[in-house]
Amino acid sequence: MAIRERLSGNEAVAYAIKQINPDVMPAFPITPSTEIPQYVATYIANGEIDTEFIHVESEHSAMSATIGASAAGARALTATSSCGMALMWEELYVAASDRLPIVLALVNRALTGPININADHSDSMGARDSGWIQIYAESNQEVYDNFIQAFPIAEHEKVHLPVMICQDGFITSHGVENILLVEDDKVKAFVGEYEPEHYLLNPNEKMAVGPYAVSNYYMETKRAQRQAMLEARQVILDVAKKFEEMTGRHYAFFEEYRMEDAEYAVVIIGSAAGTCKAAIEHIRSTTGKKVGLVKIRVFRPFPEEELAKALAHVKAVAIMDRSEMFSATSGPLGAEVRAALYQAKSSVDTVNYFYGLGGRDITVADFEQVYENLEKMARTHEPVGMYGYIGLRSEQGKEV
Amino acid sequence: MERIQDRINEQSPWEHITEGNKIFEAATAREFCTGEWRTSTPVFEREKCKQCLLCVPVCPDSSIPVSAGKRADFDYEHCKGCGICAKVCPFGAITMREGK
Repeated sequence: MAIRERLSGNEAVAYAIKQINPDVMPAFPITPSTEIPQYVATYIANGEIDTEFIHVESEHSAMSATIGASAAGARALTATSSCGMALMWEELYVAASDRLPIVLALVNRALTGPININADHSDSMGARDSGWIQIYAESNQEVYDNFIQAFPIAEHEKVHLPVMICQDGFITSHGVENILLVEDDKVKAFVGEYEPEHYLLNPNEKMAVGPYAVSNYYMETKRAQRQAMLEARQVILDVAKKFEEMTGRHYAFFEEYRMEDAEYAVVIIGSAAGTCKAAIEHIRSTTGKKVGLVKIRVFRPFPEEELAKALAHVKAVAIMDRSEMFSATSGPLGAEVRAALYQAKSSVDTVNYFYGLGGRDITVADFEQVYENLEKMARTHEPVGMYGYIGLRSEQGKEV
Repeated sequence: MERIQDRINEQSPWEHITEGNKIFEAATAREFCTGEWRTSTPVFEREKCKQCLLCVPVCPDSSIPVSAGKRADFDYEHCKGCGICAKVCPFGAITMREGK
């Protein structure tokens, strides 16, 4: 029987780490992820796990030590947020290119400029090209479940890539929710012992990690790295299927909510999906309008074909970005979903909204307005801009 | 013994690249002839050399071979011509010459 608990998202991740009992965790505190290494350090101090905790002097060192531990043959992980991950930037690419199955518990927080500690996706979206698998969560349950699936994905022989398990800062990291925990022995069996084929501390094999690659080798190396990301698609689905067999909880690249007959759809990442679901239920019960949601769980690798298929039958789509990328057109999710639709020769009307930057609230009423806008778009076919804002103050009033 | 360059070289397709470029072999730097980079060359004047061996530990490329307590001529396959050995020699037994 699953264990009924009530935990914050940070507690849930720390609990998953305790159940996995990894070999090495180098970490440096940063809001709102600080609690994760703090709880793990407590588990270690209490003798509940024997993870080697490394107190490092910065996130640059945290990721460097994680890379070193992983290359040596350890199951290694770290946790961070926002500017902490920005300080890891160089090492993020090294971890991926060295093909090390590291797991990073990322608690999403706005990147500084201006300084802000609240949730948005600018940290992980900025790292979307670093070669890491990225899996996002709507709730505490999801971030716990995703974390348990992370090592089996990362360590799969066809993948060997680092995995970022993302959750929204404060909203899920510090919000306490009811949660179903998997029993310790089941988690241990699911994640398994880590037995790398090649590792630096193996006395029977000579090995060098991360050599210099001149231009004659760099491009082929990057293509080989892409192959791992391609292979990761099936592995992510296979691991989710095994997880479902264990828990009954279904996971895929994304969740389709009330999409079977939907005419108007929102595409979104993270905790705001819960608010959107409440709006969908309200709209459907009061007006009967067919509205639905696609909540992205796996952003890297990007499920291009599957997304285009899920949106094939709708009249209009709002793609919601919780980070700017200053292209002066779409946000990152907007650009990629539109590219997927274009490649599938879809003619569905799309609009891209920026919302929730730096922790700005988004409400049920906001989502109701989004669906109204979609309906109008589909009815009039009036050209809309490439992007809009939700919850932005402007001289014309609230701009949606 | 099969060496890494027999399997992976500048003509290899991407499918042959090892995962993460890992190299399962030791001392492969020996195969990389950094001497090609040289634009000036140390010249060893054996008659001036007192075999003090101050030049050996300062060489960043281990390009001064020593056997039985005595240094031999430079390993020009790997010497990059940095000139540290010439600076450190107290007896003027090493001079730098322009070019390879």
